[in-house]
Amino acid sequence: MPDKPKVAFYWCASCGGCEEAVVDLAEDILKVVEAVDIVLWPVAMDFKKADVEARPDKSIVAAFINGAIRTSEQEEWARMLRRKCQVVVSFGACANSGGIPALANQFKTETILKYVYEDCPGLDNPGKVRPLVKSEDEGRTLTLPEMHGMVRALDQVIDVDYYLPGCPPTPKLIMAAVQALLSGKLPPKGTVLSPDIALCEECKRKDSKPVDLALTEFKRPHQVQIDPEKCLLAQGIVCMGPATRGGCEALCPGGNMACTGCFGPTSRVKDQGAKFVSSVFSNIVPKEEKEIDAVLDGIPDPIGTFYRYGLSKCLLRRKLN
Amino acid sequence: MNEQFEPKIVAFFCNWCTYTAADLAGVSRLKYAPNVRVIRVMCSGRVDPQFVLDAFARGADGVLLGGCHPGDCHYAEGNYKTLRRMRMLERMLKGMGIYDGRFRLEWISGAEGDKVKTVINDMTKKVRALGPLDLPGHFRDWDKELEELEAHVNKDSKKAEATHAG
Amino acid sequence: MDKTAQKVWNQAHQQANSGRRTVTIDPITRLEGHGKIEIFMNDQGNVDRAYLQIPELRGFEVFCQGRPSEDMPQLTSRICGVCPTAHHMAATKALDDLYGVECHPVGRKIRELVYNAFMLEDHALHVYILGGPDFIVGPDAPKELRNVVGVIGKVGLDVGKRVISMRRRIREIINYAGGKVIHPVMGLPGGVAKGIAASELPKLKEVAKDGLDFAKFTLQVFHDIVLKNDAYVKLITSDAFTHKTHYMGLVDKNNKVNFYDGDIRVVSPDGREQSRFPVQKYLEHISEHVEPWSYIKFPFLKKVGWNGFTEGNSSGIYAVAPMARLNAADGMATPEAQKAYEEYFKVLGGKPVHHTLANHWARVVEMLQAAERMVELLNDPEITGKEFRTIPTKTPKIGIGVVEAPRGTLIHQYETDERGLLHRVNLIVSTTNNSARIAMSVDKAAKGLIKDGKVNDGLLNMVEMAFRAYDPCFGCATHTLPGEMPLVVTLRDLKGDIIREIRR
Repeated sequence: MPDKPKVAFYWCASCGGCEEAVVDLAEDILKVVEAVDIVLWPVAMDFKKADVEARPDKSIVAAFINGAIRTSEQEEWARMLRRKCQVVVSFGACANSGGIPALANQFKTETILKYVYEDCPGLDNPGKVRPLVKSEDEGRTLTLPEMHGMVRALDQVIDVDYYLPGCPPTPKLIMAAVQALLSGKLPPKGTVLSPDIALCEECKRKDSKPVDLALTEFKRPHQVQIDPEKCLLAQGIVCMGPATRGGCEALCPGGNMACTGCFGPTSRVKDQGAKFVSSVFSNIVPKEEKEIDAVLDGIPDPIGTFYRYGLSKCLLRRKLN
Repeated sequence: MNEQFEPKIVAFFCNWCTYTAADLAGVSRLKYAPNVRVIRVMCSGRVDPQFVLDAFARGADGVLLGGCHPGDCHYAEGNYKTLRRMRMLERMLKGMGIYDGRFRLEWISGAEGDKVKTVINDMTKKVRALGPLDLPGHFRDWDKELEELEAHVNKDSKKAEATHAG
Repeated sequence: MDKTAQKVWNQAHQQANSGRRTVTIDPITRLEGHGKIEIFMNDQGNVDRAYLQIPELRGFEVFCQGRPSEDMPQLTSRICGVCPTAHHMAATKALDDLYGVECHPVGRKIRELVYNAFMLEDHALHVYILGGPDFIVGPDAPKELRNVVGVIGKVGLDVGKRVISMRRRIREIINYAGGKVIHPVMGLPGGVAKGIAASELPKLKEVAKDGLDFAKFTLQVFHDIVLKNDAYVKLITSDAFTHKTHYMGLVDKNNKVNFYDGDIRVVSPDGREQSRFPVQKYLEHISEHVEPWSYIKFPFLKKVGWNGFTEGNSSGIYAVAPMARLNAADGMATPEAQKAYEEYFKVLGGKPVHHTLANHWARVVEMLQAAERMVELLNDPEITGKEFRTIPTKTPKIGIGVVEAPRGTLIHQYETDERGLLHRVNLIVSTTNNSARIAMSVDKAAKGLIKDGKVNDGLLNMVEMAFRAYDPCFGCATHTLPGEMPLVVTLRDLKGDIIREIRR
């Protein structure tokens, strides 16, 4: 009987939501597990680094790697898996474009370390002790991985074959991706495994989206009652739908909140945040600078809003500071 | 030798107004700083904010956008859209540490050859004083932390294979 | 272990008896997050000290600065994708406090419904799939069975399918009310974004009813398989897994356990109330200590003080999560849970219970309360109200919110300008509260088990159990796990060079 294809799951700077999404395959996961041999899954199984290192190169058919690259240890794992696997799937928003952890690219690593270990309220650290890459405790040497200067997407560190978008990807898309892999019917390398359309197409509120948005004001969601039927942009609430790839079937608008862009851009866009600015802001009403500025004041954190999941993929990559 | 930094400024000029004005400046033999590379677009509204970011990412020290005066756009509304988008883009650039006049939006009509000269000279002077932005150089510096580990990992992995073989 | 490996082990023993060495377990597995354990041995072959190191930091408290506070429920849920609802809820409550707005009564019912649903499904995951193998099957069972396959073998495939199906149905409730179950979107100051339609109510009630049956069934399983087994009871009450620390949990005004809201109550190792305070005063009570060998911080009780990694009345180290919650409260808020609570303390010899492994049992008791609360809330006709959010009107400044996450007390603090943009954030994340006690547990287990240079299979399981008992955030929910629990043990000589690497 032929060996089942080997599959690996690994997580970098991740919250574990992508792993949970695999678990949410629920009854379907039985089919997956029958068809493959999982050789690495630290969250659930006890295979160690050395076990993977010992395998011949390219002996693992596919690795699903989620999480952004934030530390030296994560980088090392990503490189190692690239060698051992035939196909690498960048799984989830963090691996694809940095995810929410990439918002740290607006801050220096030193700023983060200083706040967490010196300035944060409630600290009892008069000696300003910091975690160190190498430290001594009563004569014993201990090591920790190093934090990189910035958060990176997976393909900024290794070559990636496919991308599964989402925060997290939906079970439906995950199942489709696994089936494509097992059947061998794979799209061209570099494909994002989700429909290449803007989210507005899939949203139930589509019909109430006006051709000309004519925005006079941006409202923050806690300031207003939100109509559950009407297009969110038409209500003046910032919704990333126009600049976001579909595939999730508009779950967040289904929860009566705006899309925040977690599926990343479509294939025709280089920089999701800039594209959103291009599309939505051309449609605000005022023509005078001062009035325009007053409308724009309704979005106090442009970077956090337009690049919430994709700051690593912003053309500028990180803040200069 | 005096190695003064000469900024690279990318300019997007709209065909109907600003580009015409630049032409006029040329024909009138007005001298202005040679630091600007002009890209002609049919309307300032054609300039996608992605172009601006891309220009910076590829090494521009400054980006200049020239369009028709409000109300005079050849396509009626194009320059209003430009204004709205670019006001937001400026905020975004600030959030990413790029400001102080590296990105500039000007309204220059077809007859204002002189304004082209003034704007370009002024912007070149200001960006020169700010110094190079050099994003490609920064990208290289930031990625140094990757190169070091890559070499280390590749060296180590050869060792690991030997130990665990068999 | 097979013969070749056994031979290698024995060789390693002999070689190891000369000179000091370290044993590394890297990475820790079957939990959420990354970690490694470094065990240092002395010349006699006994454990000098074991360190649990957390090797990463993402910096949420810093990179949220400057951002709109209403984004925090969705931003902070990315701290953990297994308990995103906990962060989402703590953040939403912090927003209520920030804007000085009281949650709309219907919104509150919806929040509590979602929250209890989340507690129920998350606890079920751990009882059956993560904690289960170490308990339902037993720590000295063959390693091929020390996983969910073994659990199913003990309780039956039908039960396994029931667990998966029950979890899926409960999570669909969160999907419905919250938009997404992983990273919900419902939380806003003053209420929630989406209401519950009356047409959905019959289906939801059925899920809640089945959920309660399921929780009762789980308690029965626990009785039959764990409590009726003397060896397991002995293990639970053994000294290697006992620490006498302080305990913290949320209690309502009657001092009963409450997951969603209440005051923070702390009891001392000998069972007296040490303090009781609203979360707004947490900084008067909780401080954090830092060590250079881990990115995680170590919270402790300020008024007691940091006395190193020690236990007892004069050490500020405290525990959170199910066992701690039951210790810190005077009872459960719902009847079936209360019965189970009384039995729990009766069997384990009164309050407080210090046996770390009792967390697994306490978790089942909590499942009952979560399910009973769901039934109560869904039988409240007001929950389908057409309005469920009060728009805030006051100017924001500082807000602090607390919930009991499955893993323990979770605190979010936000300070903003008058527009609600954050300028300072402090988060005390559930497992962090336990970090000092976990470090002690790993150290104690290693010291108690590794003696005279003998490094063997028992070490691998027991040291991991010491960690796993605290409910690592994630576990396996697939249906096949290998019997082998592969592990690497690295033996180094005095110079730090590797003598041998043993893998099983």
